Amino acid sequence: MSDPVVDNAVPSGNSSVAIPTDISGQILDLDEDDDLEVFSKGTTLTEGSSFNASMQTSPASLINQYKFEEEEDGDADTKDIFVTVDNPESIVTAIETFVTYRVMTKTTRSEFDASEFEVRRRYQDFLWLKGRLEEAHPTLIVHPLPEKFVMKGMVERFNEDFIETRRKALHRFLNRIAEHPIFSSTDDFKIFLTAESGELTSHKKQGPGFLSRMGETVKAVAASVRGVRNRPEEFTDMQEYVEAFTQKIGSLDKVSQRIVREKKEHLEELKESGPIYTLWSQSEEELAEPLKRMAGCLDSCCKETEEQVKELNDHLIPVLHEYVLCTETLKAVLRRRDNIQADFEAKTEALAMKKADRDAMRVELDKMEDRMEWANNALKSDWTRWQKVMRTDLRSAFVDTAERNVNYYEKCLAVWESFLHSQRTEAEGNGKVDSS
Amino acid sequence: MADSGSEEIAVIGNTDLTPSESENNLKNTMVEKGTSLLKKMEISVAEAEKRTGKNAVNMQETYTVYLIETRPVDAASEGTNPVPDSLWRRYSEFELLRNYLLVAYPFVVVPPLPEKRAEFVWHKLTADNMDPDFVERRRVGLENFLLRVASHPVLSTDKIFYSFLTEENGWKETVFETGFQAKADSRLKALNATFRVKNPDKRFAEMKHYGDELQSVISQLLRVRARAADRLYGVYKVHGNYGRVFSEWSAIEKEMGDGLQSAGHHMDAYAASVDDILEEEEHYADQLKEYLFYADAVRAVCRKHELTQFELEMAAQDLISKKQQREELATGTVRTFSLKGMTSKLFGQETPEQREAKLKMLETQIEEGEELVKERKTECNEYVKSAWVDIERFKEQKDHDLREALISYAIMQISMCKKGIQVWNNAKECFSKM
Repeated sequence: MSDPVVDNAVPSGNSSVAIPTDISGQILDLDEDDDLEVFSKGTTLTEGSSFNASMQTSPASLINQYKFEEEEDGDADTKDIFVTVDNPESIVTAIETFVTYRVMTKTTRSEFDASEFEVRRRYQDFLWLKGRLEEAHPTLIVHPLPEKFVMKGMVERFNEDFIETRRKALHRFLNRIAEHPIFSSTDDFKIFLTAESGELTSHKKQGPGFLSRMGETVKAVAASVRGVRNRPEEFTDMQEYVEAFTQKIGSLDKVSQRIVREKKEHLEELKESGPIYTLWSQSEEELAEPLKRMAGCLDSCCKETEEQVKELNDHLIPVLHEYVLCTETLKAVLRRRDNIQADFEAKTEALAMKKADRDAMRVELDKMEDRMEWANNALKSDWTRWQKVMRTDLRSAFVDTAERNVNYYEKCLAVWESFLHSQRTEAEGNGKVDSS
Repeated sequence: MADSGSEEIAVIGNTDLTPSESENNLKNTMVEKGTSLLKKMEISVAEAEKRTGKNAVNMQETYTVYLIETRPVDAASEGTNPVPDSLWRRYSEFELLRNYLLVAYPFVVVPPLPEKRAEFVWHKLTADNMDPDFVERRRVGLENFLLRVASHPVLSTDKIFYSFLTEENGWKETVFETGFQAKADSRLKALNATFRVKNPDKRFAEMKHYGDELQSVISQLLRVRARAADRLYGVYKVHGNYGRVFSEWSAIEKEMGDGLQSAGHHMDAYAASVDDILEEEEHYADQLKEYLFYADAVRAVCRKHELTQFELEMAAQDLISKKQQREELATGTVRTFSLKGMTSKLFGQETPEQREAKLKMLETQIEEGEELVKERKTECNEYVKSAWVDIERFKEQKDHDLREALISYAIMQISMCKKGIQVWNNAKECFSKM
């Protein structure tokens, strides 16, 4: 095994960690149990300066990294990777029809062979990436993907609006991954961004297969049945927060959708009034002009309202919806952390009871303890990170909504002011001094 | 109020007209009309009160009475503020007054009363006549009615109207003494009868048609407006939920808490602001409703013309046929069919004496007939003249008032937009502190 020197003093704000260019072979050779060992081989949390090639990152460097993250205010100017998802296209084969998206990457990171990449990916590929990241980092928070199907309203998978909404969500997903200090430096991410379709397919096949995934699930179920004994308070606090947050974000999502519905219904009525004024103007002489203008004003306001509703649908609703999905992720992450602790507690008990094989068990126990501590610290750091991101996302979503609403009212104001102006100048023009 | 002089600045500056201001504008417009009645007297419907009493069939009922205040114009300018003369009237008395005016001045487009029952309501408003908002709007409508009558060149001179304003007791009896009730019944009958007029005045036919169109279009508008008001109410009120959720959410957040909390307050303010907005809109609806009911009055005037024209045509027709009969009798030729003629053919010719008698009768009838035709023709012409004068007056008033209504609607929308801009700017500031 090569043992390249790694600089653990991570450059400020930079979310990448120096990784030897090709450890893919080593990682792929690991099966599940070895995965656990990866996190504890040859390192303890206090030492942490030697690098194990089979590890993607050492716990110590991870901690250091997060510390840097917290000190930084924003790393927009130091961003060294830009990812976009666009250009959806329908692909029709003999077996199925599906949509692919263009994923473009521009980066200055050294671990990438080039500075620009362009590949095409389908939803399944994104799902795969998410799954891989979650498996490798059970207590890190992966940004949610848009849902597989939209049950309500029977939206067609190939409906333009649906595809556009999905595209935007996929774009956000990849960007969140790119901004994440750990995820963005994973091999799976790199391969996702750069590999040609054939390459990706074969890479996918080499990952932990269905059976091992089954094993993980079974273990998880067993663990959850056992339950955790001494959950540290901070994780209980997290749990409570997640429960409350789930409720709030769910309510916000519902309220926002209700607002959209009400606005649409108001719009329907508004649309009817313009034509009535036009009809009326046909029976009138003096009043014909103001009535026609009135109809025009109402039609303009209708257009503005339509625009406002569209923007709510395009910007606010998707963000809120994503954070609703986030809560599922958060709950899963907390569950997995609990399971890791439960595993450890179970093993500790088992050790207490056994007489023989104590030494071997103790070694395993230490590994599990390391694993647990690593998982806890990873979660704590990522939690802080997630809170920051959430705050930024929701803040800008609401700020933007407020700004668009101001804009809407300003436009409507202009419409009515011009009506007023036309009537008053007309009255003055006609020699009638209006006593209003 | 008068915008004379200042052009651009006043145009935008004067956008904050409150409903009471625009009410005053209408009042002032009417007062400026300067009928001699209004020159000497200020009229208002100052208050409304609930009363209970026994009705005609000796049952307890609750009803509302309105206080009519009158005050000599000079008093205000003298600086002294004497107690106004006042009396209480119920809605039914207003109705009685109007019915009287309809009969006494058929050629006038008589101002309408505010609606008897609340119609075109959106769900938040009740259709309950006892509802204080409805009573208040009715008070305003009744005052408006009185001012309209008082500013009409013909109606303002009416004695019954004057005593309606000044004499609390015995007014009803005075009205009935005019005997208008009998005429009212026949008027109603005539207006609802179907008859074909051969040569109506084209202008009146067009005006009647216009009345129909106006009624149809305003009804549609009022219906749509009521539904739109319902929806707008919903939009604003749902934002109140944001307020509640933000407040609850702020409790679990550290850095975001303050921003969320204050943003929530603005959402509550936004939700609450719709009540004022819709109240102002209701005022606009009332202005439209007045002209909805005016359309009816216009149609009645046109109908009356048709009636007088029809009666003239009938009299003329009758005269022609009588003249023809005379001719036949004189020349012995039968051109017109008559039962008498047939029977005389069957049972023998009449005696010359009988013929003489008949001729004489016919002559008298023809004389009378010609008088009648002359009368009716005069009646018709006079009616056309005076009715058309009032219709022209009405048209001018209608054009002015409805234009003003549209302007005040625009002002209202502007105010609503300004409030919206303010609230969302405030909210935006709070959100950015999240």
